[in-house]
Amino acid sequence: MRVMAQLAMVMNLDKCIGCHTCSVTCKQAWTNRSGVEYAWFNNVETRPGQGYPRTYQDQQRWQGGWVRSARGRLRPRAGGRLKRLLSIFANPKLPTLRDYYEPWTYDYEHLLSSPPAQQTPVAQPISQMTGRPTAITWSANWDDSLAGGNEVASGDPILARVSASVRLEYENAFMFFLPRICEHCLNPSCAASCPSGAIYKRVEDGIVLIDQNRCRGWRMCVTGCPYKKIYFNHRTGKAEKCTFCFPRVEIGQPTVCAETCVGRLRYIGLMLYDADAVAQAAATEHDTDLYAAQRSVFLDPHDPSVIAAARRAGIAEDWIDAAQRSPAWDLIVRYEVALPLHPEYRTMPMVWYIPPLSPVVEALRDTGHDGEKLGNLFGAVEALRIPVRYLAELFTAGDPAPVEAVLRRLAAMRAYQRRINLGDPPDESIAEAVGMSGEQMQAMYRLLAIAKYEQRYVIPAAHTQTAHTLEGRATGCSLDSEGGPGMGGRINLLTWNGNDRPEGLFPPRKEPV
Amino acid sequence: MNIILWAVLPYASILTFALGIAWRYRYDRYGWTTRSSQLYESATLRWGSPMFHFGLLLVLGGHATGLLIPKVWTEAVGISNHTYHLMAVFLGTVSGICTVAGLAVLLCRRWLVRPVLKATTTNDHMMYAVLAATLALGLLATVRANTIGDGYDYRETVSPWLRSIFLLRPDIDLMATVPTNLQAHVLTAFALLAVWPFTRLVHAFSAPVGYLTRPYVVYRNRDGLGPARR
Ligand code: SF4
Ligand code: SF4
Repeated sequence: MRVMAQLAMVMNLDKCIGCHTCSVTCKQAWTNRSGVEYAWFNNVETRPGQGYPRTYQDQQRWQGGWVRSARGRLRPRAGGRLKRLLSIFANPKLPTLRDYYEPWTYDYEHLLSSPPAQQTPVAQPISQMTGRPTAITWSANWDDSLAGGNEVASGDPILARVSASVRLEYENAFMFFLPRICEHCLNPSCAASCPSGAIYKRVEDGIVLIDQNRCRGWRMCVTGCPYKKIYFNHRTGKAEKCTFCFPRVEIGQPTVCAETCVGRLRYIGLMLYDADAVAQAAATEHDTDLYAAQRSVFLDPHDPSVIAAARRAGIAEDWIDAAQRSPAWDLIVRYEVALPLHPEYRTMPMVWYIPPLSPVVEALRDTGHDGEKLGNLFGAVEALRIPVRYLAELFTAGDPAPVEAVLRRLAAMRAYQRRINLGDPPDESIAEAVGMSGEQMQAMYRLLAIAKYEQRYVIPAAHTQTAHTLEGRATGCSLDSEGGPGMGGRINLLTWNGNDRPEGLFPPRKEPV
Repeated sequence: MNIILWAVLPYASILTFALGIAWRYRYDRYGWTTRSSQLYESATLRWGSPMFHFGLLLVLGGHATGLLIPKVWTEAVGISNHTYHLMAVFLGTVSGICTVAGLAVLLCRRWLVRPVLKATTTNDHMMYAVLAATLALGLLATVRANTIGDGYDYRETVSPWLRSIFLLRPDIDLMATVPTNLQAHVLTAFALLAVWPFTRLVHAFSAPVGYLTRPYVVYRNRDGLGPARR
């Protein structure tokens, strides 16, 4: 057993209102630069929908993640080492800007400089790629809230898998939002695809980063990541990705997306896991067993033998303590309501989701039933095949049983709490029906509904000699620091204007005597 | 004049190359990249780029054998001059055409696809000019001397001269009789060498062969101090 700590995130999808605040604040913090105009480290997509980049979940096409060979070994789906090297001169499976979208700005200048005219001047959209007027046809959330209807939503690769014939008929319509960041996987296929070895997983907290000094722009990671959460900066020629806001979490602050989330639906906490068990778990034979396999690598932070092993592995006391208070542990293991996104990609993702009950509740309400009544809810979970199967394709490789179990727990919590709200005595049988005690049910309710900042984000600060410098880093653009994994604003020879003396590009000048 | 062309210039460009690479490695690893434009346009690139790069690898291999291995050695292992010549002409012409055609495809793409053109710097344009000149002159020399002409044997002149450069005893007289066309090729090649470290060409020195032996997933400590356990 080799204990490692991993920062994990859990998102409660029932609470996402699709406001995109997380995406915008993330962009303002990290990708508000040329070269990554099209990149959203955090994006929120409407399901059903095509996602961003379009149809990224169709791995037949994009070849992301791992495949298990007949002999039970894993290799990147796009090909092993030799094949990668042979296709290094042109990555055959790279999405182009058309699959993301062509970023644009507006000709604001025209608003001011336009001569007097009959019509009000308008600012034309200008492509940031060609510098010419363009027609906007797609974006990171063009199909937001089912915009475009059937025509667009039927391009959803998940919907196609649920049933070849499913059309989004009005009676069957359901919708929810899926916010996504990099999964900071336990078995990252992006790192496995990088010929230069520039992508690494941090030993201390499991954050997956790209060393900007070692990346050579081969673009294999973009293909390797099945979630398409690596973006090629076309100006610097280097790959970039979500950094789990490491300069913030190192001083105990939540990521920008979590901090600003309007729905307060994000939880950040530690998970201890057995690093030696990851490879075998990821190579589990059946896709549908991968959810259980990934849970089996997590270690109980309350177990004395785990605590001892964690100490031996050099994990500090306050980290062990944080792991014991981790909301991620509670939601994933204790209450079993969080599920991984696409476990079948075999990367062992570490951003988990509580599937939304709202499609079920809404369907009940629309048909005039009481959406809070347990019997109705349980019946609806059974009856609403399409949403349940859709969620199963997202979270459990198509196995509806775990999704149903989660939805029943959430439904039971609703019914249980309603009685309390109405002043009725709590009905323990409701809790027992889903294998919980009333006490557990209330604790889960508190965590899901009213948990305070300190309970949602249990992030121990980093132990490093440079801790005192981190305070400053959290406010400045830490990606720019020397050797840092982003260094967005840094000048290199390709972006140098040829006149001034950018820092770091030249030997330091001798001080005049 | 000859001294400048065949002794001073080569050394100057080799020195620029060495210092430039060292400086780039020390101070600008952040700029060390292919700076791929595949994100803008993929269809043409998928043809042009492998054609150019694989062709170029062959061409380089041919140069290494032709320039660095003395003629007497190949003869000693029993490869007759005629056989060698046939091989060189055949492989050289095929790979040369591949490379030049690949480059032509890539350059057309660069000029015609607007986002790619917009991402092309002056530095790139200059580099492409030198690169294209070198390749074109080289292919011309191969085709002219070996297939149309009477078969000029550069292994009697250019090769020993180049080796004499490396041995620090430049024998400039060897170059005096070389056809102008080939002379021009040699000069542009040295020009290319001199600008190499300051252009995107540096990516040639990051052939990631370590990938073949390293474990798939890389772990590192927070301090960034080298690869950690596993
Ligand atoms: S989700 Fe993140 S860690 Fe996982 S493969 Fe993609 S980029 Fe790598
Ligand atoms: S800020 Fe929160 S509620 Fe708004 S879209 Fe993002 S995850 Fe959803």
